[in-house]
Amino acid sequence: MDQQTALEKVTAIIKPYAKNLAPLEEGNLDARILEDLGVNSARLVDIILAFEDEFGISIDDETADKVRTINDAVRVVSSQA
Amino acid sequence: MNRVVITGMGIIAPNAHGLEDFEQALRQGRSGIRHMSRLEELNFSCQVAGVPSGYEELAREYFAPDRLVAMNSGMIFTGIAGIDCWRDAGLPMPDPIEGPVDWETGAVIGTGVGGVDTLGDVVFPRVKEGKVRRIGSTSVEQTMSSAVSGCLGGLLALGGQVTTNSSACTTGTEAVIQAWWHLQAGRARRVMAGGAEGVSEYIWGGFDAMRVLARGFNDRPEEASRPMSASACGFVPGSGAGILMLETLESARERGARIYAEIVGGHVNCGGQRNGGSTTAPNPEGVRRCIQGALASAGLSPDDIDVINGHLTATMADPLEVQNWASVLQRDPKDFPWINSTKSLIGHGLGAAGGMECVASVLQLSRGFVHGSANCQDLHPTLEPYNTRIPHQTRETDARILAKASFGFGDVNGCVLFRRWE
Repeated sequence: MDQQTALEKVTAIIKPYAKNLAPLEEGNLDARILEDLGVNSARLVDIILAFEDEFGISIDDETADKVRTINDAVRVVSSQA
Repeated sequence: MNRVVITGMGIIAPNAHGLEDFEQALRQGRSGIRHMSRLEELNFSCQVAGVPSGYEELAREYFAPDRLVAMNSGMIFTGIAGIDCWRDAGLPMPDPIEGPVDWETGAVIGTGVGGVDTLGDVVFPRVKEGKVRRIGSTSVEQTMSSAVSGCLGGLLALGGQVTTNSSACTTGTEAVIQAWWHLQAGRARRVMAGGAEGVSEYIWGGFDAMRVLARGFNDRPEEASRPMSASACGFVPGSGAGILMLETLESARERGARIYAEIVGGHVNCGGQRNGGSTTAPNPEGVRRCIQGALASAGLSPDDIDVINGHLTATMADPLEVQNWASVLQRDPKDFPWINSTKSLIGHGLGAAGGMECVASVLQLSRGFVHGSANCQDLHPTLEPYNTRIPHQTRETDARILAKASFGFGDVNGCVLFRRWE
C-alpha cells in the first residue's frame, strides 16, 4: 500500500476521536495523537482496533504502545499491510 | 431549611423533544407510540414502543464525534435533556475542554436498567467469543450504573455531587426528591434531577416474557397504552429522558431566574414486600404511607391536592393505585383531584418515567392545564365513580398543587408535591 493511501485512511480513522482537527487539516505528520490532536488516551485502544480492521493486520501491544504520532501510525500500518 | 424551586427543564420523550413541543404534544394528545419492526422480527408479543424520533440525528447536533463514540442511547437522551434543561435555566454553556467547573451544581440522574444495549451488543458477544480485546475502550463508561450522570457531569462541568440513583420505575421521581432533600439541607445551590432510559430490546424482552407488556394492539400502536381502561392489557415500553433544574429559592432570586414551580413536599419508602406487596406488586399500606408522608412534609391537607399525575401504567394495578389515593385523600369521587396518566401518550419510560412525567407535571401546573388521559374512554368499572375527574380531553385549570407519584418493582414508592409559582 502506498504511503498516501495509508495516510488518508489513518487520518480518517483518527479524525472522529480528535478534539483538535487543525494538525490533521494541515497534514502535520509529526502531530502527536494525544497531545496535539487532543485524543482521549483511552481511545488509542479503539484506534488500534480500527487500524486492524481497516488494513487487515494485527498490531501487538508492544507495537501499539509505540504509536505516538500520525507518522508512527502510518509507518506501522504500512509495514504490515 | 431552604425552599427549593424549579428553574429549568429539558425533555426528550417519544412524542416530543423540547418543552414547547412537549406542551403541544400533551395538549393535543399526541401519542409517541409506534410499531417497532425490530420487535416483530424478534417475535415479541408486544411490538409497539415509545422511542424519541430522530434522536440519533439530534445526537450529532448536540455532541462532538469524540464524545458520541462512547454514548449509548440512554446517555444520549440524558445529554440532550440535560443540555436543554441547563440552557432553559439560563445558565451559560461551559467550554467543552477547559474553563471553570461549576462547584455549586450537582446532578442526580437515575436509570432503571442502564446500558444493557451496550452489554448485549458489544460486551457479552465478545467475551463469550474469547475476544475481550475487541471490546475496545468505551464499554465501561457506557455500562457503569452511573453512566448517565457521569455523562452529564462532563458535558456541563458539574462540580457538586454527581450520582445515579436506581429504584426501578420510581427512579426519576426519587431522583427529584433526593435532589430536593440535598438542596433543602444547603449542600448545593442547584441540582439537576430526573431519569433516563435507553432503547433496548434486551430491557423490554424481560417484561415481554413476564406478560406485562401490551399485546393485542400491535396494529394500532397509538391505542396500545391504555391506563385506567377496562381493556388495558399491559404497559407499552418507552424510553427518553426528563431532567429538571432544582435550585434554592435564594439562588434563583439572586440570579433573577425564571421559576416554574416550587417543590413543597415529597416522600419515598418501601412496602417491605409484605401484606400484598411483593417484588412486583405494591403493599397498599406502603403506597398510602408514601402519599401521607409527602403531604405531611409539605404541611398540606388532602383537600389541597388539585391534580394527580399518577403512576398508572395500564396494568391491573391502576384501579388499586386510584383506590390507594382515594383511601388517603378521603374525598368524594366527584370532588376528587384531576387524575391523568402521561404514560397514555409516551408509554412507560421505566427509569426515565418519573423524570419525563415530572416535567409533564410541572409544565401542566405552570401553564395551567391538565392533559387528556388517552385511551380510557372505556374506563375500568371500578373507576367509573371518578369519570368526571379523569380528563379525556385537555382542560385549562388554575390548579395550584400537583401530586406526582411513581411506584416500582421492589415495592418502592415515591411521591412529590409541586406548587405553582405565583
